[in-house]
Amino acid sequence: MTMTIKKIKDRAFFYGVCFFSFLTVVPLVAIIWELVSKGYKQINWSFFTESAPSTFEAMLAKQSGDILPGGIANGITGTLLMVCLAAIIAIPVGIFAGVYLAEKPKSKYAAVIRFIADLLQGTPSIIIGIIAYAWVVKPLGSYSALAGATALMIMMLPLIIRSTEETLKMLPGSLKEAAAALGAPYYTIVLRILLPSAFGGLFTGTLLAVSRVTGETAPLMLTALGSTAINWDVTAPTSAVPLLIWEFYNDPNLADMIWSSSLFLMALILILNLIAKQVAKKWRIQ
Amino acid sequence: MENPIIETNTPILRLNNVSVSYTPGKNAVNNVSVDIEENRITAIMGPSGCGKSTLLRAINRMHDLYPNIKTTGEIYLRGENIMEMDAMTVRRKAGMVFQRPNPFPTMSIAENVLAGYKLNGLRLSRGEKDEIIESSLRDVGLWDEVKDTLNKRGSFLSGGQQQRLCIARAVALKPEVLLMDEPTSALDPIATKRIESLLLELKKQFTIIIVTHNMSQAARISHKSMFMYLGELVEYDYTKKMFTSPTDKRTESYLSGKIG
Amino acid sequence: MTKNVLFKSLLFAASFIVLLICGGIVYALVSGSWEAFSQFGVFQFIFSSDWDPTIGNEHYGALSFIVGTLFTSFLALALCIPFSLPVSLFIGEYFKGKKIANFIGSVIDLLAGIPSIVYGLWGFYTFRGLMVDLHLSSEGFGILTSSVVLAIMIIPYATSLSAEFFKMVPNDLKEGAFSLGATQYDVIRKVSFPMTSSGVFASYILALGRALGETMAVTMLIGNTNLLPTSLTDTGNTMASIIANQFGEADGLKLSSLIAIGLLLFVITAIINLIGRFIMKKFAPTK
Repeated sequence: MTMTIKKIKDRAFFYGVCFFSFLTVVPLVAIIWELVSKGYKQINWSFFTESAPSTFEAMLAKQSGDILPGGIANGITGTLLMVCLAAIIAIPVGIFAGVYLAEKPKSKYAAVIRFIADLLQGTPSIIIGIIAYAWVVKPLGSYSALAGATALMIMMLPLIIRSTEETLKMLPGSLKEAAAALGAPYYTIVLRILLPSAFGGLFTGTLLAVSRVTGETAPLMLTALGSTAINWDVTAPTSAVPLLIWEFYNDPNLADMIWSSSLFLMALILILNLIAKQVAKKWRIQ
Repeated sequence: MENPIIETNTPILRLNNVSVSYTPGKNAVNNVSVDIEENRITAIMGPSGCGKSTLLRAINRMHDLYPNIKTTGEIYLRGENIMEMDAMTVRRKAGMVFQRPNPFPTMSIAENVLAGYKLNGLRLSRGEKDEIIESSLRDVGLWDEVKDTLNKRGSFLSGGQQQRLCIARAVALKPEVLLMDEPTSALDPIATKRIESLLLELKKQFTIIIVTHNMSQAARISHKSMFMYLGELVEYDYTKKMFTSPTDKRTESYLSGKIG
Repeated sequence: MTKNVLFKSLLFAASFIVLLICGGIVYALVSGSWEAFSQFGVFQFIFSSDWDPTIGNEHYGALSFIVGTLFTSFLALALCIPFSLPVSLFIGEYFKGKKIANFIGSVIDLLAGIPSIVYGLWGFYTFRGLMVDLHLSSEGFGILTSSVVLAIMIIPYATSLSAEFFKMVPNDLKEGAFSLGATQYDVIRKVSFPMTSSGVFASYILALGRALGETMAVTMLIGNTNLLPTSLTDTGNTMASIIANQFGEADGLKLSSLIAIGLLLFVITAIINLIGRFIMKKFAPTK
């Protein structure tokens, strides 16, 4: 093979790689463009404060050419409620389980737990919805925020466990020894030295877990179902932003609401991810 | 160099047939018996892997943290067998300074000095806190350098300063014994010299045992030295005597650079 | 020290909760699908493409959906590789460590953050029109549409994992090849790729695992019919989408059949993920 053919192949491959790489930017731009251009019209103060309009109200508004009344307040509060409930359980259990795994790298039992956490992480979210349905909806007799939160909690748990374990493993072993050498008991070493030193990683892991479950629709369809009004009763069906989007999608009268709510959801997830990245960067430098 | 022949400080620490093993059947430290004099610097020397750090860490029960390590024998601190005491109490009486400076990254300088108290849940009044911080930092010669930045994290300190902070943290708990595991091997020569002078001062208050792989360091600051080889205590004598006329052939080989 | 004992038990309890959750999942799935499996027999259920809810003669089978899932997921993987591989080379090889690699990496991360339902919406309102215009499908629904959108969705997973493997190729190995007169293309083929091929393969397996469980986007684009899909333009359903569509209104035997499908999906996804992680662990112990 002559040098020039070699060079041509090399250049061609390089341009091919660059081309396809920039091509992947295309769907992202397309999606964001669609959301922004179609969604900004519906965003106003009542978007955040009022519940979704009924199909009747929407029909009237469309006939008179107005933008749709109401907003997604019931979805926002529902998401808030369920994510917080899920986090209250997932964060402490996840962190403690992560500590346990980090402290026992060789135990067989720990290997099993690690394996199960991986298994849970790879489980499709709709199946987690079925589980929460079986555990909470059936016994309780109704769809509920509690069931939705249960599903979200199961999804957050493996992410928090893994990020805790990874972060703790990255801490220098001398930290633990220095604390032990001062006479500190084990629980003090973990709670007062290890976890605070690992805070950046734990915070990032938590934020990423939250951002992951915020966008989930399928499990909530089987557990929280949705509701037309703002709901704080954990035993009652509750709405969530993705659920509302799904309702809007299914109702031609409410189709206009789709874009603004999707824009909101995306912005929320984006902000959470950005914060997580910033925290991770700052913490790593230290 | 230490004043060589003045004898009769009481042994504050007595090791009796101490053995440590990482794997069953193989001793990293084998039947070491030794008396350590109070208010002196005793060096433990030897080539890599001879068991000197392992022996040191047995004194403050660090091996308890690792379930596969077995320690046998008795270690008496002022007559009490520390092998039978609560490990955390032992560690308050025998403070340790490590090879790499390890101040706690989430704590300020002041908090680091008081870390021993905080971690043990020992309460101090405001006045006591200030007094301990100042005296500990003065003891290590850091006070003037950090007195205006006590509430900052210690990450801006140089390696030598960080190590002195770790020493301050250890002395703040007012231990009986200071165990130093190659405290200057990660530092530059100037920082090393500062810490060596520091130790010569500190021995007036504490008993110091220092593991070092640098025999000239042992020669410079220690009163007595232990020479270990392959887990055995080969020779234990006044430093000056050991360096000028060692009794054991292995000691001589080490000192002349033939082994280790 | 009783406080220590208490604390250690707390840690253990947290880890045990994970075990309990797993047990609860297996129990719920197995007990929920019992009715369907005992009625139809496990093998018949898996290999039957019936889906007949007429009361009195209910017959359910999972085959159409299993085929739908596998069809769309494998197709999505095939479609994603020509994009994912170049991008991972871009990030991990050509522009390793440079700002532009960070930029593309951020774009990929953004793609990963888009929720499934938003992909579905975009697919439904925009991409579907494209498919119709290109005469690839009559209404834009079907296997092909879903697979393409699914491919876009799994690109981030495949890419970020395989990029990590390319980054791990030591520089001195590559420099050795360069100093012998190799081009970058040669280095990739002869040095980087042989070293990373298992890891990259594992990344694609894991991306496949992700595709198998994808629900919302697929539900909105696959057409929701219950026949066995045989061609790219066919509509159909996947295991995930049939559950999403019919779970709310189902009870009795139908519900049990849906849960049975859920169990099957759980098993398939678990196996694929296991294979992927196993290869990863064998190949890259640092990850």
